[in-house]
Amino acid sequence: MKADKINQFYFHDVNTPPVQIDRREFLKNLGGGIIIIFSVAQLGFISGNKAMKEEDYPAFNAFLRVKEDGRVDCFSGKIEMGQGINRSLAQVLADELDISLDKVDMIMGDTDLCPYDAGTWGSMTTRFHDPLIRAAAAEAREVLKKLASEKMGISLDQLKTENGVVFAASDKSKKVTYSELTKGQKIIQSVSEKPVLKKPGEFKFTGKSYLRADSLQKVTGKALYAADIRLPGLLNAKIVRPPAHGSKLISVDISAAEKIPDIQIKREDDFIFALHSSPDIAEQAVQAIQCKWEKPASKADNETIFAHILKTAVNSRERYKGGDLETGKKESEFLFEHEYHDGYKAHASIEPHAATAIFEKGKMTIWASSQTPFGTRQEVADTLKIPKEQVHLKQIFLGGGFGGKIYNRQAVEVARIAKMMEGTPIQLMWDRKEEFMYDMFRPAAVIKVNSGVTKDGIIKYWDFNIYCAGDRGTELFYGAPHHRTTTFDGPEVHPFGTGAWRAPGNNTNTFAREVQIDIMADKIGMDPLEFRLKNMNNQRAINSLKIAADKFGWTAAKPPKGTGRGIAVGTDAGTLATVIVEVNVDSKTGAVKVTRAVVGQDMGQVINPEGTAIQAEGCVNMGLGYALTEDIVFDWGEVKSSNFSDYQLPLFSTIPEVIDSVTVDAMDQPPQGGGEPAIICLGGAVANAIFEACGARVFRLPVTPERILEALGKG
Amino acid sequence: MEEKVKFELNGKQVEANPGQNQTLLWALRTQFNLTGTKYGCGEGSCGSCTVLINDEPVRSCVTPLEDVDGAKVVTIEGLADGEKLHPVQQAFVDHDALQCGYCTPGMILNAVSLLKNNPDPTRKEIIDGMDGNLCRCGAHTRIIMAIESASKMMKGGTQR
Repeated sequence: MKADKINQFYFHDVNTPPVQIDRREFLKNLGGGIIIIFSVAQLGFISGNKAMKEEDYPAFNAFLRVKEDGRVDCFSGKIEMGQGINRSLAQVLADELDISLDKVDMIMGDTDLCPYDAGTWGSMTTRFHDPLIRAAAAEAREVLKKLASEKMGISLDQLKTENGVVFAASDKSKKVTYSELTKGQKIIQSVSEKPVLKKPGEFKFTGKSYLRADSLQKVTGKALYAADIRLPGLLNAKIVRPPAHGSKLISVDISAAEKIPDIQIKREDDFIFALHSSPDIAEQAVQAIQCKWEKPASKADNETIFAHILKTAVNSRERYKGGDLETGKKESEFLFEHEYHDGYKAHASIEPHAATAIFEKGKMTIWASSQTPFGTRQEVADTLKIPKEQVHLKQIFLGGGFGGKIYNRQAVEVARIAKMMEGTPIQLMWDRKEEFMYDMFRPAAVIKVNSGVTKDGIIKYWDFNIYCAGDRGTELFYGAPHHRTTTFDGPEVHPFGTGAWRAPGNNTNTFAREVQIDIMADKIGMDPLEFRLKNMNNQRAINSLKIAADKFGWTAAKPPKGTGRGIAVGTDAGTLATVIVEVNVDSKTGAVKVTRAVVGQDMGQVINPEGTAIQAEGCVNMGLGYALTEDIVFDWGEVKSSNFSDYQLPLFSTIPEVIDSVTVDAMDQPPQGGGEPAIICLGGAVANAIFEACGARVFRLPVTPERILEALGKG
Repeated sequence: MEEKVKFELNGKQVEANPGQNQTLLWALRTQFNLTGTKYGCGEGSCGSCTVLINDEPVRSCVTPLEDVDGAKVVTIEGLADGEKLHPVQQAFVDHDALQCGYCTPGMILNAVSLLKNNPDPTRKEIIDGMDGNLCRCGAHTRIIMAIESASKMMKGGTQR
């Protein structure tokens, strides 16, 4: 799928992305066993909503196979990038199929083995994949029971299943194993009627904590990532890059580079690359290639970008509206107008974009660090003008994604080279500078918020104007009767690529909203917790805020000067999340230390509680980066941040000593997203805590020491 | 022909071709196919390429191959004793002290050295000792727990 297509809907909270189902003949190559096919199109009858139509749904197909050895393969187009779905999906499957967890093998992201999947993003796996796997596993269980019924001569309703065995309810010694039932069978079945699913009280694995499934490989160095593939004769590619986006190549001189022993230099128009068995020597050659470039004129840099955005993001769209804004203003005793700024943020996975490819006998085989293996397959096929069936993306671990590996320029580049070098395996790993240059950044954005409140603390007026962050997470859970939310965008705003960064746009939107809420509470002298509870009209938002405040031990009493607490509440991926942090601020230097964080979430059914807590911790620890330090420095197309020494990620010394994660008990509710929701609250929670600690109200992310001092009038 | 670089790698004597200013990182990955040592930044600022040279943690991406001549090098592949994990590896497994796993080899080797030099570190000492290793997934919280636990395990007599 094209990057712009993804962005189109990803900056909303994705529920029904319009992707066509891509049916493949993946079944014919399988061996024996009982095979169940399922797709999200079938979610309709599973959830009881008959109005849902197949064409409305992304093709989140997957299937499982109960094998003759009693093990189960679960084939899924999803990928594992650290989020732990190779465990949580297996938990759900094992529960419905009544087998032990260690009998499940997850086969993920292989485009020849797994059915089509639009991509692993948007915290969608648990929300949309779990119900399907559950349904398919339940179906497989019924097929096995039918086979057992015939074999044992016992009627279906007299049979039960447990731990890979079908047995007579009346006499447990009358039994047959799944392995025995599957032997010699090849049954292919679609989930065809509403399956009988287990109730939360019957779960054996769901709702219990399990350790990661892949740790042993990852602590021994055996886990393979895209640049770890070793093939005989493999050559590493390094590509000549321009100094800035939008540069024009004027001249090239490769004579010095060609003198390096064993080097190969190739050129196809502007696509110039060096090949060598070692990447650092290929890099030496690229450095030795003399190029003259013409850079485009600068239109903005990291300081002037916000004025540029307001000037160029002129296409407006009203997203939400209610009541009458003028009436809202009149009914308010206090009016507020603030403008919030957020700079570009890098995904900065520690693994850069990487891919290995070989083109043999008309077939391209690729291992790529991709969150969208099927989209990558299509992109490669389109670029090389070969049928997509001739492109095979293989399963591989990803060293982080966060939305950055939805985009797969590196895979297309390596495939171009592999096609030119038919028969030779080619590997390409971007260096850190390339990673910063070609990252699809979280966009810089401006949010203008106008609001009004009565002296009793009732929000009457809310006018939320979003420039370049999309409307994700802006469904208002505060009951402002007169409200409007508008987005503004434009085709010529950004000097480089922008895209989905862990809960796209929502980090910026939630920051602006939650700081504005705090400003209003402060103005009327109301405790920010009380103010939020007084105005919230969404029970799940209230739930998440209450459990977080309880865990934190929030009181209306202010802490001593230099210490501050901040709340932010947000909604993302079907989950309502609250983060409360405590900070210490040195008002002489502006230095901030976050000492504590509590995450409270109403996220429906929790599959793996420890996995959920780990995702919440990850959101806090990663989110402190955009809140406090991370900002891309650039001059139009020239990305000046080029490594970790000038783009400051959170460190061990940055993270809070204690992070508590609590969830609302909602096991009877559908599962919701967990990878993204908490991170959206970090900017707002930290900014609000800094204000309580020292009185500095900072309207721009990241909240750096300089900006704190400036807000205190010491800048 | 330049002379080969001879060193001990994961307990075995090896020889490497020194040519063309190769760094230890790429020598390990291309000459020895030891891909557990990861590239992250190329300037020594993230720690994912950390290996042990004579028991000290070193950033292999900024270490010329020639520098290890005569030295003892341990990569993540050489840390376990056969099937038996090093206590730090075991603690990372037991505490889910990793997510994507890409920074993990460097984290573990840095922690091994930290505990060797200071078998009973305070939390502050762990944080200071690990501060140069970057993790993007935000697994820091569990990594600290794992190192604390490994410290206890190793004091309990499982230290090799």
